[in-house]
Order: sequence, then C-alpha cells, then structure tokens
Amino acid sequence: MTVAVADPMLPQRYRVTHAQRLLDDTVSLRLTPQDGELPSWQPGQFNMLYAFGVGESAISISGADDNGFEHTVRAVGAVSRAIAALQVGDSIGLRGPFGSAWPVTAAEGADVVFVAGGLGLAPLRPAIEAVLQQRERYGRVVLRVGARRPQDLLFPEALERWRLARDVDIDVSVDHADTQWRGHVGVVTTLIAGARFDPHESIAMVCGPDVMMRFCARSLHDEGVADDRIYLSMERNMKCAIGLCGHCQFGPSFICKDGPVMRYDTIADRLNVREL
Amino acid sequence: MKDLEQILQSHAFLGGCEPEYVQLLVGCARNLRFDAGEYLLREGAAADEFYLIRHGKVALEINVPGKAPIVFSTLGEGEIVGASWLVPPYRWTFDARAVELTRAIGIDAACLRRKCDADSGFGYAMMKRFVPILSQRLHATRLQLLDVYGKP
Ligand SMILES: Cc1cc2nc3c(=O)[nH]c(=O)nc-3n(C[C@H](O)[C@H](O)[C@H](O)COP(=O)(O)OP(=O)(O)OC[C@H]3O[C@@H](n4cnc5c(N)ncnc54)[C@H](O)[C@@H]3O)c2cc1C
Ligand code: FES
Repeated sequence: MTVAVADPMLPQRYRVTHAQRLLDDTVSLRLTPQDGELPSWQPGQFNMLYAFGVGESAISISGADDNGFEHTVRAVGAVSRAIAALQVGDSIGLRGPFGSAWPVTAAEGADVVFVAGGLGLAPLRPAIEAVLQQRERYGRVVLRVGARRPQDLLFPEALERWRLARDVDIDVSVDHADTQWRGHVGVVTTLIAGARFDPHESIAMVCGPDVMMRFCARSLHDEGVADDRIYLSMERNMKCAIGLCGHCQFGPSFICKDGPVMRYDTIADRLNVREL
Repeated sequence: MKDLEQILQSHAFLGGCEPEYVQLLVGCARNLRFDAGEYLLREGAAADEFYLIRHGKVALEINVPGKAPIVFSTLGEGEIVGASWLVPPYRWTFDARAVELTRAIGIDAACLRRKCDADSGFGYAMMKRFVPILSQRLHATRLQLLDVYGKP
C-alpha cells in the first residue's frame, strides 16, 4: 500500500479561529486546520505561515490545544503585517512544524532557568507550560523576563498564573519605566546573578533578540552553567524551512533543520561573527 | 542585634574583605531606614553619603521637566547606591527613591575619602571593589541603550 506523505513545501489551509491583540504591533492567532488533524509538534518548533498573495514567514508555536496552533506575531514588515491583520474566519497557509525543540524532557531532574526577552516569551511559553504541568519532575524553576517597558510585557495573565503556581521564581525587568512600576528596571541579565538555582545542575533556555541572548548566555556561563546546558533559539531569514535553499545558513548549520533551538557550546564562536 | 561591623562584613559589597578594612569602614558608617517613597539622594545635591542596600529596593530616576520621572535602574539587596562621591565635584547626577521599605548602611563619603587617602592599601582595596561594579553598570547601560526590544 502506498501512503501519501505530505509535501513539506505545500502549505495546508488553516483558518483563524481566534485573534487577540496583545500589544500595538503584536497579535496572537489560533489557527485551526481546515482539513484533517493538527500535526504533532514540540515546544520550540516553528511553522511557516503563508499570507496568501503576500508571502511566508517563520513563526514559532506559542501554544496549541486540540483546536489548533497558537502563534504570536509581531508586525515588522510586509508578511508579518499581513498575518497580524488577519481576522477570525480568514484563511492562511501553514507548513510545519519544523525544527528542533526545547530540551524539556532532557531537563527532567535538573533546575530549569528560562530567560525571555521581548517577543522571546512566545516560543518559550509552551516549554514553560510543559515544565509546570510536570512540576514535580524538575528542581528549581526560574523565569526571568525582560521587556522594553511595563506595557510591552507579553502574556501578563500567564505570568500571573505561573507566579501563583507552585515553586516558580519569576522576576521581570524592563529597560525603562515610570514611577508607577514597582518591579525591576535594568537589563534582564542583571536578574540572572541573583537567581537561586544550582548552576551545575541546571538547564537554561533563552529566547529573545540575538544581542540579549548573547549576553544572557555569558551571564549564565559566568554563574557556572556549562555551555552545553544552555540553549538558545536562533532566528534567521527562512525560505524552504527544510534545509534545501541555504537561506538560513549559520556557519556550517541551517537554522531551519539544526535549529532554531541550538546548544550554546555549538554556536558560541559564531554568535559574534558579524556576517552570520 | 547585629552590630554595624557584622552587618558590613556580611554585605555582598564587602564579601571576603580584610577585617581591619571593615573596621576602618565602620568608622564612616551608620544604619539607615527609608520608607517607601522616601528619597535617599537628589540630583544636584552634595554627594556626601552613599548607601549599601541591606534589603529593599531603590529606583534611580531622572527628572524630565513637565513629565513623570523616568526610572532607568533599580537596585536591591547587596548593591550600592551612588558613585558620584568618588569623583569631583561630588554631586549626585540622579535621584534615588526607596520603592519599598529599604534598610541600608550609609557611608560618609568625606570620611571614606579621607581614609582612602591616608591608607593607600585600604584605598586600593576599596577601588578594587567599586570599579567592577561601575564597569558592570556601564555595560548594562550600553545594553539598555541598544533598545534590543525596539522595532527592528
Ligand atoms: C525560527 C523563527 C521563529 C520566529 N518566530 C517568530 C514569532 O514567533 N513571532 C514573530 O513575530 N516573528 C518570528 N520570527 C521572525 C519572523 O519570521 C520575521 O519577523 C518575519 O519573517 C519578517 O518578515 P516580514 O516580511 O514581515 O518583514 P521583512 O520585510 O522581511 O523585515 C522587516 C524588518 O524586520 C527585520 N526582521 C526580519 N526578520 C527578523 C527577525 N527574525 N528578527 C528580527 N528582525 C527581523 C528586517 O531586518 C527588517 O528590518 C521568527 C523567525 C524565525 C527564523
Ligand atoms: S530555510 Fe532553506 S535551508 Fe533553511
């Protein structure tokens, strides 16, 4: 019997079944398959979302339930603007999921340190939820979040829910604030040093802008976390998402198939190379 | 109750410091408490005392005429507030406000400067503790200036 294998280059039709504006330029969309079931996925992976007639973008999975994937999209250019403008009932093409996952299972038995900057909380959210669902399997759980201003914080309700959850050490820092803000002000790296976790028994997962991840990885390293226990989620321009076109090349690796989640020791020397 | 010397000895800023240097510092120190909203120091005022935070949280602010002050950093337990006492003309360049009840050790800056001048070993030991903090803060400020979460 011949089994039809879905062509990874062919987008499937999905429908927007929920849309929520989170920030001025950022929305969360739930995308439900128009035919068939939701493909299996893991926290850290991404889908290629196709705004019909405009183009495709790689967007991380920020959550999922039986009804569909959740994607959190910031409008920065033509494609992401078109995706962010979609309304409930609109159609969109989706290929995926693609790429590597956060080491959620591998981290069992260890302390887990999550560091998110800006939109980086979106790709980390499913990993945080997965760890909290099996809280007893992990040691200390630490979450550090950086944002531009208090009003730019993503998922405040989820942060509150996690804060109330058992044994999660959450701290947020913003780059600027007015005097109403009672939390930390300063770069998120400054919150890593004060966190209580055993650096030799920790797995760290970091997601945010390149510069922020670079400095967070160094801070974690300075705290004593081994480079092969620090994971970053890398972003580069993508086209095929299956390791064929070379668009996402990062030294000898392709971010689409070797990443986006990559171990710091395997990429540290490339993070400083300007051309990459 | 802990005496000042014990409190200073256990503060992160003085971790591993020679006991005789801590004793020298005690002569310039006093215990302080700031309620939420109270200012530790004000921009333009003489930088005659700086603070080692024991616990609590302090916001460093810049006043913008006609607007709400902008908080550019917060400091907490184990950190120090104020560096302008190190360099002439010894004037604060920002405001520092207790965000919550804060306990701190105040160090008389003129007293410390005098002791640093009189005992260069002590002075050097103090500078070795201050310079890494200043360098870390400069680095953090640079990162903040990059506005990494801003629009690409
Ligand atoms: C694995 C992966 C996961 C991603 N996950 C998400 C996500 O969950 N949510 C989301 O909103 N975006 C995500 N992105 C980024 C997203 O793919 C791009 O923002 C989008 O493709 C830009 O296309 P555009 O046509 O809208 O903008 P373009 O016209 O291509 O670019 C507009 C501006 O944005 C800048 N830009 C483009 N891509 C990026 C990027 N990756 N990082 C920073 N600046 C960029 C460009 O330099 C340019 O200045 C992800 C990217 C990758 C590779
Ligand atoms: S996007 Fe084509 S190789 Fe990665």
